[in-house]
Amino acid sequence: MSLMSQGVELTGADKALVARAEPSVAGVGDYLALLKPRVMSLVVFTALAGLAVAPGHLHPVLGFASLLCIAIGAGASGALNMWYDADIDAVMTRTRNRPIPAGRVTRDEALAFGVTLACGSVVVLALVANFLAAGLLAFTIFFYAVVYSAWLKRSTPQNIVIGGAAGAFPPMIGWAATTGTVSLESIVLFLIIFFWTPPHFWALALLKSDDYARAGVPMLPVVAGRAVTRQQILIYSVLLAPLGGAPWLMGFAGLTYGVVASVAGFAFLALAWRVQRAGDGPAGDAAAKALFAYSILYLFALFAVLLIENRVFAFIGGAGS
Amino acid sequence: MADDENNGIVLTEEQKRQRRRRSIAIALSLGALVLLFYIVTMVKLGPGVLRRPL
Repeated sequence: MSLMSQGVELTGADKALVARAEPSVAGVGDYLALLKPRVMSLVVFTALAGLAVAPGHLHPVLGFASLLCIAIGAGASGALNMWYDADIDAVMTRTRNRPIPAGRVTRDEALAFGVTLACGSVVVLALVANFLAAGLLAFTIFFYAVVYSAWLKRSTPQNIVIGGAAGAFPPMIGWAATTGTVSLESIVLFLIIFFWTPPHFWALALLKSDDYARAGVPMLPVVAGRAVTRQQILIYSVLLAPLGGAPWLMGFAGLTYGVVASVAGFAFLALAWRVQRAGDGPAGDAAAKALFAYSILYLFALFAVLLIENRVFAFIGGAGS
Repeated sequence: MADDENNGIVLTEEQKRQRRRRSIAIALSLGALVLLFYIVTMVKLGPGVLRRPL
């Protein structure tokens, strides 16, 4: 007889214990949720840009298979992250409805799912593309699941600065899948996402600092205060804005990219400045919310223009010549 | 079903429904993987896949 199916009200750790003892009620959607599809979509997009912008040719089928492996690898990282963080996910409003804290998937199921997908995606990427790309994917999964989730996240306010490297690797993996190398261009793409991550997550942390404090996660606003966090957001934004234009300055992106990156970078800076000036209260929350939303648009725009310029413009140019 | 009864575990209708959906999803994923591996093999090896000593 199932307690959960009988409608007995359970919360937090009780749900997880009962779920462990009962046959699984996990739906397909719960397993998809373990993959963090929204994070995965950004990973796929940036990896596609790296893959397409890189010099050289990769057969479309192999490119698709490589992207699939990178997406599954990113999903595996998400599942392993949810496996490790189930205890703190249960006390945060933003994450308490995730499959494990909600009691629909057990931690063991999430672990098995994550490890299986991680191993499969790395092996298949090695066979489809090359060992360098597969090695980078394996390192990314390890970095996110072990270095970030199991170590940095609970031990230092610099967690998302260093841990941000995990989210910055996908364009480098895409580049390596096409060329078999890691070049300066792919490192620049890595750095753009690396320096984008702190202002993006700290804007969210300003809005959810109570949640993080309750869960005992030492995010910067919790440990160093909101004023320091706003200052750090501005510093990283100042570093990010010129870095965003680097692909144009280095010559592997065109003028359109340069203009978009410059305008978008200034807008990023303006919003970070607004966060700095607004201080606490409703105006501060609104400014942080605006920066968080805009930061997603910023990264999407940069990689979209890079992709369009390299593929569509190159195609038109090739057809015209 | 027989195994369930021997173990003293009787699945609820919801558990059976979700298990069936998971099974279908696994079957579809495996089918897609077979297709993907076949196409990737053709792309990587091309006609060379047939050129081997018998």
